[in-house]
Amino acid sequence: MLQRMMLAVAALLLCLSAGISLADNGPPEFQDPALGQRYSALTEELRCPKCENESLASSGAPIAADIRQRIAEWLKAGQSDDEIRHHLVQRFGEYVLYKPRIERRTWLLWGLPAVAVVLGAVVLTLLIRRRRRLRVNDLDEAERARLASLLARHGEQQSSNREAR
Amino acid sequence: MKAKPILFIPLVIFVGLAVLLWHGLGNNPTDRESALLSTPFPDFTLATVDDENKQVTPEVLKGQVTLVNVWGAWCPTCKQEMPQLLDLAQRGVRIVGVDYKDQRSEADKFMSDFGNPFALNIFDPDGSLGFDLGVYGAPESFIVDANGVIRYHHTGYITAEDVDNTIMPTLKRLQQ
Repeated sequence: MLQRMMLAVAALLLCLSAGISLADNGPPEFQDPALGQRYSALTEELRCPKCENESLASSGAPIAADIRQRIAEWLKAGQSDDEIRHHLVQRFGEYVLYKPRIERRTWLLWGLPAVAVVLGAVVLTLLIRRRRRLRVNDLDEAERARLASLLARHGEQQSSNREAR
Repeated sequence: MKAKPILFIPLVIFVGLAVLLWHGLGNNPTDRESALLSTPFPDFTLATVDDENKQVTPEVLKGQVTLVNVWGAWCPTCKQEMPQLLDLAQRGVRIVGVDYKDQRSEADKFMSDFGNPFALNIFDPDGSLGFDLGVYGAPESFIVDANGVIRYHHTGYITAEDVDNTIMPTLKRLQQ
């Protein structure tokens, strides 16, 4: 029994290690460190098409590994970041871009926050102006006298309360 | 105090947003239009599964409407899809397979186990054609018109309902 279990564990470990070695070839090596930096930036910035919310760099999906490998090849072939983005959008669609490009279709998307800020500022200005116009006029003679007597009475009450305690 | 119409603006915005977002919740996030729709099938020169000395190009897709199915013997859902593909083949649909990241022996075994609906199988062992097609997981299917232009993309396996509801109508429309 024990022997069988140990055999099973050994088989499992073998499978796991085989899986790991098959999974990925690890990050590619670049002779030029600038290329390595661009590689990291691109794989962080682009989305894995298979996964719903993982970058190419963090995804374990086979297609993400394929794309990373292609990006490395394209970088080594001297392609620009924009060209690489373009190649990927051509194949996998806009989905790979976390940040949508600014084009007619996305004007609303990019413009809405600015529009909201401007609209908010306008509304706020209007409110403040109206508030100023509506501000209570200064008190006239009779009102001031009444205010003084009210305050005096209130003060007396308070002091008499204190004495009572 | 009489309610001013301006006070209803936030409510209107809220209702509008709620409807929009509620609608968005119902969308299937994996269901996306292929970037290749209305573009010619990507260029390739690859051997077939049957014959490693026979090279084929996108020319094999021209002349009639074709269903291109990207599959692999390693892919479990491809097995679930085979009955539907066999059904389509029986109805006279020309199906060209792309054997994606696979080995010939595995592919042959798969077809002897689950049937062979394919008129032809393009052998794509390193997934280069799949990559150019924007395939991110087998099975995926494309409908290519008689001029070799991609007209429809299906991700995931084709169910029996898909055959009647989308695949056959699309093929018929393109054949006219």
